[in-house]
Amino acid sequence: MQKKYLHWSLYLAGLLVLLLASVVLSLSVGEMNLGFMDVFSIFRNGHESMEYTILTQIRFPRVLLGIAVGGALSLSGILLQGVYRNPLVEPYTLGISGGASLGVALAIVFGLHQLIGSYVLPISGFAGSFLIIFLVYTISTRNGRVNIQTMLLTGVMISFIASSGMMFLMATTNSENLHGIIFWIMGSLDEPDMSLIYITLILALGSLIVSYFFVQPLNALRLGEEKAKHLGINTDLSIKLLFLMASLLAGVSVAVAGVIGFVGLIIPHLMRILVGSDYRILLVSSFLSGSIFLVLSDVIARTIISPNELPIGVITGIVGGIVFLLMMSRSSIRSLNKSR
Amino acid sequence: MTTNILTIQNLSCGYPKFQLSEINMEIPKGSFAGIIGPNGSGKTTLFRAITGTLALKSGKILLSDKNLRLFSLRERAQNIAIVSQFIEAGDISVEDYVLLGRIPYHSRFNFFETDEDFAIARKYMEMTDTWRFKDQLMSELSGGEQQLAGIARALTQQPQLLLLDEPTSHLDITHQVHILNVLQQLNQEMNLSVLMVIHDLNLASEYCDRLILVNHGKIHMQGSPEEVLTFQNIEDVYQTVVVTQNNPLSGKPAVFLASQKVLKEIQERLASNPKN
Repeated sequence: MQKKYLHWSLYLAGLLVLLLASVVLSLSVGEMNLGFMDVFSIFRNGHESMEYTILTQIRFPRVLLGIAVGGALSLSGILLQGVYRNPLVEPYTLGISGGASLGVALAIVFGLHQLIGSYVLPISGFAGSFLIIFLVYTISTRNGRVNIQTMLLTGVMISFIASSGMMFLMATTNSENLHGIIFWIMGSLDEPDMSLIYITLILALGSLIVSYFFVQPLNALRLGEEKAKHLGINTDLSIKLLFLMASLLAGVSVAVAGVIGFVGLIIPHLMRILVGSDYRILLVSSFLSGSIFLVLSDVIARTIISPNELPIGVITGIVGGIVFLLMMSRSSIRSLNKSR
Repeated sequence: MTTNILTIQNLSCGYPKFQLSEINMEIPKGSFAGIIGPNGSGKTTLFRAITGTLALKSGKILLSDKNLRLFSLRERAQNIAIVSQFIEAGDISVEDYVLLGRIPYHSRFNFFETDEDFAIARKYMEMTDTWRFKDQLMSELSGGEQQLAGIARALTQQPQLLLLDEPTSHLDITHQVHILNVLQQLNQEMNLSVLMVIHDLNLASEYCDRLILVNHGKIHMQGSPEEVLTFQNIEDVYQTVVVTQNNPLSGKPAVFLASQKVLKEIQERLASNPKN
């Protein structure tokens, strides 16, 4: 076996072990702490106990959603960075979160969630994000070809417009609605509806599998669009499909869990430093590390000011930001040393 | 069945402000051909038409005997490999970069390179003397080394025709000669057809067996270096006074320039002594 493939297998095995460990940690830590081993025995034997209810009704759904949303956001980020050849692009740069937030804010302000039901919030979030994606996509497509740079700028601009629209709604609505909007924006893995969790998980895993069929275009696009074409890649089609998939992933994540920033930016970036730039390993490792990162962030969010809970977006922002800065300064020191 | 690797018939294409027109040319199989011409003459536009980057307005391009439009992107990449002027591959190891040349042979469902892919990449990396950098990052190589890796990647596509865009323009003479020697060797040993855009007329003369001189979006002259690189053609196209003489080593035409000051002195001497 080639050395490269051996390294990749080791990374994957390591990440799987880490994911498993963070899942067990997340299941055992909380307001009521359980031993690591107890978690397994409660799952097996303690069907009647309160611990079993806590595990299956409260903690397990959160872990599942953490895996799904963390993986989805991170996958979305790595796909967009591959398409744009820009390591600073993330799902939220393109206005996806702005659109979703605006959709949710509108639904809350007009009282739709009270009229129709709680499903309305994720649906309007999803509709909002897709409307924005549609706009960004149409504005930056000329003669059937997507202009990647225009797309990026359009996304940033539309994102501004959407967030200003949301500010307007927040400034003019009553305090109850305002509270609802803010609570939603801050993001949380607390989702009472199991079917939404399953949909998100299936979508995330399904996208990971489908995205793997695009590893050749993604790898070739590292050289630029024109050179990728010279390698026989239908770049126009690949870019369109990958962009749609990334948007869908981010849209669904935001719709279900609110705005959880930084995952789609930091995790792919860290993975690039750690495992290199080959998408065959980047896609899977980004997905797994995104899941690990969000599951662990949720543990911190739940426990740090227990019995109260912090919004998970606060944790991903702070932890992610600090780790990112550390990595950046380390890699800049390294490149400084290299250039001497 | 023609013996041409590339035939261009009545081609016109270009941009709103610049058009190529009435392009007719033939490159026989196994040629080492060069496209020459001043800046803005249409060399790169012609190159982009052949690489398929630029849509044709009219006319056709045939690879062997088949219209290039009938090739799928993948087939095209299996037959024509392109080395750009700047490689810009970033943080990819040299070996991984060269292995990208196997993409045209992989279906969407082949995720991993086979042993054969590795062997092919290794063969061409050894041929271009880049195997010794295989684990280094592309961004760590010098311009000349990157160019060689670019050629190795192109060869890994196992093409019939290798297209190069000014492969030597930003290199010193050591690397210029090294790269052209590698190309010449490939051309002779593998009977690989090579077509490159090249600025340096003397290098073009020394290495190419066929030259296409482009000017104002048209082909001014094509043929052997001896036919194309006459002082008259060069003065017409480049608007520069030159002297052509045969290179004492190779016998190929070589182009000499003189500064304005020297030309003026010669003119004055001629004026004062018309007999000379």
